[in-house]
Parts: sequence; C-alpha cells; structure tokens
Amino acid sequence: MTTMSAPEGEISVYSSLIGRRIMILCAACLLLAASFIFDISNGPGNFPMSKVVEVLWDKASHGVRMEVIIWDFRLPIALTAVLVGAMLAVAGAQMQTILNNPLAEPFTLGISTAASFGAALAIVLGWSLIPGVGHLIVTINAFLFAFGTCAFILLATRLKGVSSETIILFGIAIFFVFNAALAMMQYRASEDQLSRIVFWMMGSLTRASWEKIGLGTALLAVVIPICLMRSWQLTALRMGEETARSMGVDVNRLRAEMLLIISLLAATAVAFVGTVGFVGLVGPHIARMIVGEDQRFFLPLSALIGALMMSLTSILSKMITPGVLYPIGIITALIGVPVFISVILSTRRDRLS
Amino acid sequence: MTLEVGNLSAGYGRKMILKDLNIPVIKPGQLVGIIGPNAAGKSTLFKSLTGLVKLRSGAITLNGTDLAAQGRGQKARRVAYMPQTYSCNALLSVFESVLLALKQTSGWRVKADNLTRVETILRELGLSHLSSRGLSELSGGQSQMVAVARTMVRNPELVLLDEPTSALDLHHQLSIMTSVKKAVTSREIIAMVALHDLNLAAEFCDRLLLIRNGEILADGAPNVVLAMPEIKETYRVETSIEETRRGSLYVDAHLSA
Repeated sequence: MTTMSAPEGEISVYSSLIGRRIMILCAACLLLAASFIFDISNGPGNFPMSKVVEVLWDKASHGVRMEVIIWDFRLPIALTAVLVGAMLAVAGAQMQTILNNPLAEPFTLGISTAASFGAALAIVLGWSLIPGVGHLIVTINAFLFAFGTCAFILLATRLKGVSSETIILFGIAIFFVFNAALAMMQYRASEDQLSRIVFWMMGSLTRASWEKIGLGTALLAVVIPICLMRSWQLTALRMGEETARSMGVDVNRLRAEMLLIISLLAATAVAFVGTVGFVGLVGPHIARMIVGEDQRFFLPLSALIGALMMSLTSILSKMITPGVLYPIGIITALIGVPVFISVILSTRRDRLS
Repeated sequence: MTLEVGNLSAGYGRKMILKDLNIPVIKPGQLVGIIGPNAAGKSTLFKSLTGLVKLRSGAITLNGTDLAAQGRGQKARRVAYMPQTYSCNALLSVFESVLLALKQTSGWRVKADNLTRVETILRELGLSHLSSRGLSELSGGQSQMVAVARTMVRNPELVLLDEPTSALDLHHQLSIMTSVKKAVTSREIIAMVALHDLNLAAEFCDRLLLIRNGEILADGAPNVVLAMPEIKETYRVETSIEETRRGSLYVDAHLSA
C-alpha cells in the first residue's frame, strides 16, 4: 500500500527505493565474493579461507604446491563458474525482456541443442566448420552452431511483423530438428564417442582454462555496459511493444542488437561448459522479484545472482560425494527445476500473463 | 504552434486505411476531438502522425517543420501518443513507469528535475496516492489514467490520446478531460483525442473531426459538426442536439426505427 504523503513524498519514496536497490547490489557482490573464496578453499584438503585469500593476494606466500593447486586448478574453475553464470543470466534476462515472455531463456530457442549437435559432429565425425583448430574443435563447433542458430532467429525476426510468440515457435522447431540430428549422431557413435557426447551435454566446469576466462571476461566487459546504456529502452520494452514504440523506442533495432548480444553470450557459455540449464531462467526471476524491472538494477542483479548460483553449484558439485566432481548441468537442473516451479506457483497471479 | 496535415495516405501492407486525408490548420491551445465509428481510421491517423505507420504520401507540418522528415528521437520529443493498449504486467511502480516515459527522451541520468516533473504530473491527474503502487495492481481505469500521465509528462508539442476515457467512471472521465484541457490551454500545445462519447466531445473539444473509412467527413466546431446529417449517417442513429441549462450541448441519440 502507498503512504499518503507530505510534499516531496513521492520523490523521497522513490529515492529511498533506489538507495535500497543499491544496497542490495552491494550485498549480492559481497555474497558472491564469499561464495567464490569458499569455492576455491573447498575440495580435497580443505584450506582455510584466510590461507586462500593470502595465496590469491601473493602467489608465492604458501609455497609452490599451494600456488599450483589454487592458481592452476581451483581458481580457473571458480572463475569460470562465476563468468558462465553471469553470461547465462544476462542472456536469459535479455531474452525474457525482448520476447516479453518471462519463461524464455537461451535454451528455449534450441541454442543448447544446436551446440550439442555441433559438439557431437566434432566428436563423432571429427568434422569442423573451421578446419585446423586442433583440440578446440569441440568447443568451436559448439560455439558456431549455437551462434548460427541465434543468427537464424535474428534474421527471421528481421522479417516484418514477426511476433514474440513466433520467435518462440522458431525455437521449438529448431530444438526438434537438432534433437533429431543429435540422436542420429548418437546412434552412429562408438561407445567411447557416445560417452563423450553425453558427458559434454551434462555440462562441466573442468573444461576451464585461462584463455576461456579471458574471452568470457572481455565479452562481459563489452556487453554489460551496452545493456546498461540501453536500460531505459529495455525497461520500456517490458511495458509492451506498442507502448515502447509510442515512447519512441526503435523496437526492431533494439531487438536485433539484443539478439546479437544474447547469441554471443549464450553460445560462449555453452561452448565453455556444455549444457547448463535453468540458470538463465531462475537468475533473472529471482532478480526481478527483488528489485523489479528497472534494468539499471535488474540487469546487474541478474548477472550477480546467476554468478552466485553457479558458484554455489560448483561448491555443491564437490561436496555431494567427496572426491567426486559431479557435472554442474545435473545439479543446476536438480536445484533449478524446484526453485523454478515454486517461483511460478508463488507469483503466477502477478507476473505471468 | 500549429499543426497541418495535407494529403495524408497511410496503411498496412497493401491495405490503405487513410486516403488522401487533409486537416486544415489546428491552432495552438486547441483540443481536437476525433470521432467516428470503430475501424474508421482514428488509431491509424494517430500512428501515422507519430511515425509508427509509414506514410505513403502527405505532409505533417507541426509548427512549421515537416514531422515526416524528422528522426525518431526528434519526433518522440515533439509528439506523445497514448495507444489504446496500455495494460502490462511489468514489475514497475506507477512512479517508475511515468519516469520511464520521461527518460526515453531526456538522457540516461535521472536528474532532480525529472523527478519533480513526474511528481507534478501525478499530482495534476490526482494519481499521487498510487505513486508506489505496482502497475499490475491497478484497476483498468487506474492503468488508463497512468497511461495518460506517461503521455503528458513528456511535455510534447502534440498530444495524441486514443480513447483515454474508455475504462473510466464518470467522475474520472470528466477529471481526465479537464486536466488535459487545462494542460493544452496553459502550455499552448495541441491535443487530439479520439472519443466515442459525443457528449464528452461536445463538452471539452474546441473542434471536432468526423472520420469514416479513412476520410474526413466533417470538420468544425462541436455544435456545427454534431448537428450535421453526416453524424446520423455515420453512426446510423437518429440524433437531436439540445442545449442544457448549463449551456453545454447534449446529443440525444436513439436507433433509427
């Protein structure tokens, strides 16, 4: 309910709301930092968090063994978890915004299935879209197929009068096509190849590397400022396409830009760690419940919550069975689905059309 | 500040909705009512003035410059259009949504002046008590008034309101129209309002345009236009115009036998 207010009342209510949102963003950053450090300290031979921080600060502070464990094994995995979580959540948030559909995420459009098919092509036939890439063949194939799928959807939406429902239908069609093609690959794969495909599709953080981290960081560093610059237009788009147009937003251009960004983010994330579902869906949902849909706050918080979710998943994947590293894709689905269903049930009246 | 529309033709795909439409000069401070049956082309006229529908031909001269030749951002600054669909389920408060409309044309950073303008328009339209209410919690009528606030807050030269009173009770119909009228005269701008209620049109408008099949059938002061036989033909009703004791016009209508 509202408060009947003295002069300046509405403005001060709004200003304190903004202040609260900034606090929430700061709190999310702190939580993420804590989870990140804990993720690094956690594992065989649990190190105290203070020791981890010291090694992060000064590589050589606790000897070569600690340096190798932290810097070569744990840190890349922990960083990849954070980056991929942020990428998937930003991609999901923007997909929900431009399609005006709270249930959309990169995977709704069949992007992960396309990537899986690309990976399977490389694993089974050794066939690559770009020849001579060596051991990166699986990653690059996955990226290209994911990106190609996004580009196809992008072109389709450039055709006049394609509604958001139509885009989702495209996604479903793409999903079925690549699923069938993937089944075909699996059918003709050898036992060893089949297990590699299945393992790829489960999603794993052990494919982390410093090159990937550099690429992912660079991508996010470009994409997030662009999205923030467009935040007023993106928020307007959530008011409905016609309203946004009437406010002067170039909806077609904004959609095309965002689809390109989503394509890059989703394709990169999937190529890095394989199929990881629900982070792109649940992250933005939680962010929306906490700060609403002002994109100046919604977007950064989506990224932070996505990163936090993946970081926690990474911790969990090590803790379920000590010594065994479960594929994160399985865990995000196990946790993500119940969270998602509870989100739908608890908020259906207000938030879903 | 004047508006003049000459030889305007527009439509969707192959279908032409507006055919060679002319609107002689509208003077500043005028509230112009657009009346006509459903599917007459009222919304299309608004959309073509806003640039949401491409013109086939014609010129829109607002205050001496051709609107059709201006870019999207420029147009958005000068013309504010309220479409008929305004309900949405976005998680935004009323205050945020009005600020959002303002921020589309005024830079990224929220300045103190932006906030004051939002607060003022909410107060003018009697919406202050809804300020921190969520958009999805509003009734149909409240959403409609907030949509009017989003349109008026942008301080445009030309305001286009597509049936702004369709979901409102009698009190709010009158209060919205009064606020719009006040803004139009005090700011010396032009407003075009599509209305189905002829009595409301008679009460508030300085001039009426009767549109049917994308053409203007009648144009003039309310007492002139409402008395024309074209009104009866267009709506397929019998009408008589009476003057009330208060001195305003009353359209008495019934189906022709």
